[in-house]
Amino acid sequence: MSDEYRYIGKPTPRRDAPQIVTGSATFFGDLVVPGMLHAKVLRSPHPHALVTEIDVARARGLSGVKAVLTHADVPDWRAGTPRHLRVLDSTVRYVGDPVALVAATSEAVAEEALGLIDVSYELLPAVFDLDEALAEGAVQLYADSPGNVLRPGTRWFGPDCLTGLAIGDVEAGFAEAEVIVEGEASYAGLPNPLPPESPGVVAQWEEPDRVTLWLSTQAAHQEKMIIHAAFGRAVDVRTIGGACGGSYGSKFMSIQLIMQATALSRAARRPVRLGLTKEEHLAAFGLRIGSRVRAKVGLRRDGALTAISGEWLVDTGHYSLTTQAQVAVGCGEAQVALRCPNWDLRTKVVCTNRPASGIVRGFGGQELKACLLPILSRALAELDLDPFDFLRRNYVKPGDGYFWRDGRWYDYRGNDYTPAMDAGAEAFGWRERWKGWLRPTEVDGPLRTGVGVGVHGNVDIGESVSEAYVRLDPEGRATLYSSASEHGTGQPSNLLKMVAEVLQLPLERVTLTAADTAVTPYDMGPVGSRGTYAMGSAAIKAAEEARRQLLTLAAANLDAPPEELETRDGRVFRLGRADSGAAWMAIMGPERTIMGHGRFEPDFTLANCMMTFVEVRVDTETGGTELLRVVNATDAGRIIDPAGLENQLNGCLGSAGIDTALFEETIIDRTTGRVLNANLIDYKWRTFAHLPQMRNVVLETPVDSHRFHAIGVGEVSTAPGPAAVLMAVSNALGVPLAEYPVTPEKVLAAWKRAMDAQAGEATR
Amino acid sequence: MDRRRGETRQVRLRVNGQDHVLTVGGPAADVAVTHTLAHTLRETLGLTGTKVSCDRGACGSCTVLVGGEAKLSCSMLTVECDGLDITTVEGLADPVTGALDPLQQSFIDHTAFQCGYCTPGILMSAKALLLKNPRPTQADVQEALSGNFCRCITHYHVLEAVQAAVEAGAASATAPDSRRARR
Repeated sequence: MSDEYRYIGKPTPRRDAPQIVTGSATFFGDLVVPGMLHAKVLRSPHPHALVTEIDVARARGLSGVKAVLTHADVPDWRAGTPRHLRVLDSTVRYVGDPVALVAATSEAVAEEALGLIDVSYELLPAVFDLDEALAEGAVQLYADSPGNVLRPGTRWFGPDCLTGLAIGDVEAGFAEAEVIVEGEASYAGLPNPLPPESPGVVAQWEEPDRVTLWLSTQAAHQEKMIIHAAFGRAVDVRTIGGACGGSYGSKFMSIQLIMQATALSRAARRPVRLGLTKEEHLAAFGLRIGSRVRAKVGLRRDGALTAISGEWLVDTGHYSLTTQAQVAVGCGEAQVALRCPNWDLRTKVVCTNRPASGIVRGFGGQELKACLLPILSRALAELDLDPFDFLRRNYVKPGDGYFWRDGRWYDYRGNDYTPAMDAGAEAFGWRERWKGWLRPTEVDGPLRTGVGVGVHGNVDIGESVSEAYVRLDPEGRATLYSSASEHGTGQPSNLLKMVAEVLQLPLERVTLTAADTAVTPYDMGPVGSRGTYAMGSAAIKAAEEARRQLLTLAAANLDAPPEELETRDGRVFRLGRADSGAAWMAIMGPERTIMGHGRFEPDFTLANCMMTFVEVRVDTETGGTELLRVVNATDAGRIIDPAGLENQLNGCLGSAGIDTALFEETIIDRTTGRVLNANLIDYKWRTFAHLPQMRNVVLETPVDSHRFHAIGVGEVSTAPGPAAVLMAVSNALGVPLAEYPVTPEKVLAAWKRAMDAQAGEATR
Repeated sequence: MDRRRGETRQVRLRVNGQDHVLTVGGPAADVAVTHTLAHTLRETLGLTGTKVSCDRGACGSCTVLVGGEAKLSCSMLTVECDGLDITTVEGLADPVTGALDPLQQSFIDHTAFQCGYCTPGILMSAKALLLKNPRPTQADVQEALSGNFCRCITHYHVLEAVQAAVEAGAASATAPDSRRARR
């Protein structure tokens, strides 16, 4: 398909593949820093309390203990939006909130020391959901956030950060509507992104004000920016990234661990490793945000949206790192998928006494869409409109635009995704399988089959800044300096392909440095599907700049202007004269390196797109839902790495996608505030034994991004699935559902309602 | 193994063909009675290819071969492993030539990993299956891997990789001299 390229679009083994399959890849947990101590965290058993007294004398006296810290003796570092999150606080706000920290010569000693700490608490009332937190007279988690509502917006996105949508005139829009529906939906199962390697950090403090941090993260430089701000901009921060054993965005929630390990290292004057156990990961780390949307939608018979108004309430748990940013991006993404001239969407970010919610693939838009679509579905059902036709019609098209996260309007100049959607519908057999709203596709006794469709798109593919350096060495080799590390997408390997393509070097002669902010330049990192376009652009520009310098240098040797020269396999020659010319060594001499710098500036005028079709079979006797088939449809512009892309699209199940609609949830006890399923047996996950048929349809319509005309689609593969599943189960049962996940209890309750209603009609 | 209390005793492990004699108890102990096999492999023997994720026997990350069977090394105490023959992911390749096991090569060829953290456990579960049943069906492979937690959803590529290794193995089994014949 891409014969014009040497590497782009060709299957090439991932650079780290030999290490991964032989067990020699170094993940965070394999890292040993000489002299490293091990830290453990004493956690609150109460969901909300004041810490009135802590006695750490016995713990400090235990042999092997090198530091014990409480809220009374930690630095006043703060993170979050607003800056609510401290190293340790005198108030605990969820079961699992850190109360004291121990660093010792072994994990076992640190663990033992935790048992020697005595804490007295003064218990406070706790709020566990939106209604309780927003009730009049509810207990306040933070004095400066009245009503438990956090200040909207994030400074990161500028002074006009989107905090909702106020576009056009909704009253006029509703007046034009042929059907108006009001409803509510919630996506509040709090699934845990749960990367296999639990979060952790090693911190090494050097007096007076320097810290080196080995992080389990894909974006060392972005982390440095966040950490530097948390330390009050008074600490010289160096971060080193590495293979992180999965993230799905969630590892960014490690900020408190990072502050804690740093404080311990400063106190103990030794490097300190703080890694969470899987139980801590499940009960005291980042979850998906909880969302509830009440909305009113106006629709015309031709499928045009006339107005959407409503409120999006977001439960962020005990603090927010990026939740307001997720609201901003979510509001932007709603406009990408739902063209509507009139919006009045208000939002609130609310604190509750449970583990924090934050970054997960989907980043706000998935949650908002998962709630809006079930409400819209009722309007579509009233007009008997096919949801595929509706979503296809209303997805952003060239010439449209949207307000993005910074509150500014952007004109969309990307692809029309209609052909990709049509190809997906064809592959799925949508026209044959769709039987109308709340109608099963097939019924076989208690087994009822239904289909659903969802769509999502993201402008984050061009968000923020990436920089890269490419260094050429006279031996005919190149090195890419990038702050990205591998988190599963294969992007570091893809960047190497891009550099090798520009420089026309054998792929194995291009290597990548480790992500280390002392060496590698700024990059927001591989998040939000930005790896291909944003990071790719920086790497390409750096390679092009290095190539330009090389050819300029060669011009004198080869007696030709640079524009008449080309380079291939470590030689420079006149265009079309590959048999002549000179090796890089002859041009550069042995004592020179050439360094090219590339920088990508934010571009919010392109969006990706993913449409997901699903077919489910619901058992009305057991309430079980089986996912039978999935078809994902997208247009990637140009495929860089076929196998990696396929893997990313298959990720539509699992950690952040479809399974959050089927069975994944964090169950919190409503009286004690404890997470009841903080282990990998009670927390349900998809196994090899239960795999649906999966098909990914990827078109390649060149897009005006960078020289390879590609855009990223990895992150969004998770986002359309949940709403599609809810639609499919609703259709199978013949009952509209509006709450995720569709556990057997909910299915059976809905089925009973349907049967009762039928019986009622029969007797009337 | 001598079980008398308070005295130094020894655990003998054969790991990837190499014999290790580890001391339990006493001031210079290699192994505490609380140590799991996963801990000993990683922390004492430095074989960090074996990954620990849940550490409670639920995710399969720490799977190793014990006497050719897939076992969860986080759920075995090292002191119970005296005399056992253990293979970890580091022992899959040929120890002399370094040639990769066909399963490992097939995982590379099919990009049968994303973050790669669960990969060693999946490789060992698959290897245990193939040792017992060199011609498994896809359903057999799915069943054998059903205890391995893969969060990125690489299941489909893993199944392709295992199946390709099975087919390659079957091909070489039916034509044992094919390589020589081609020379």
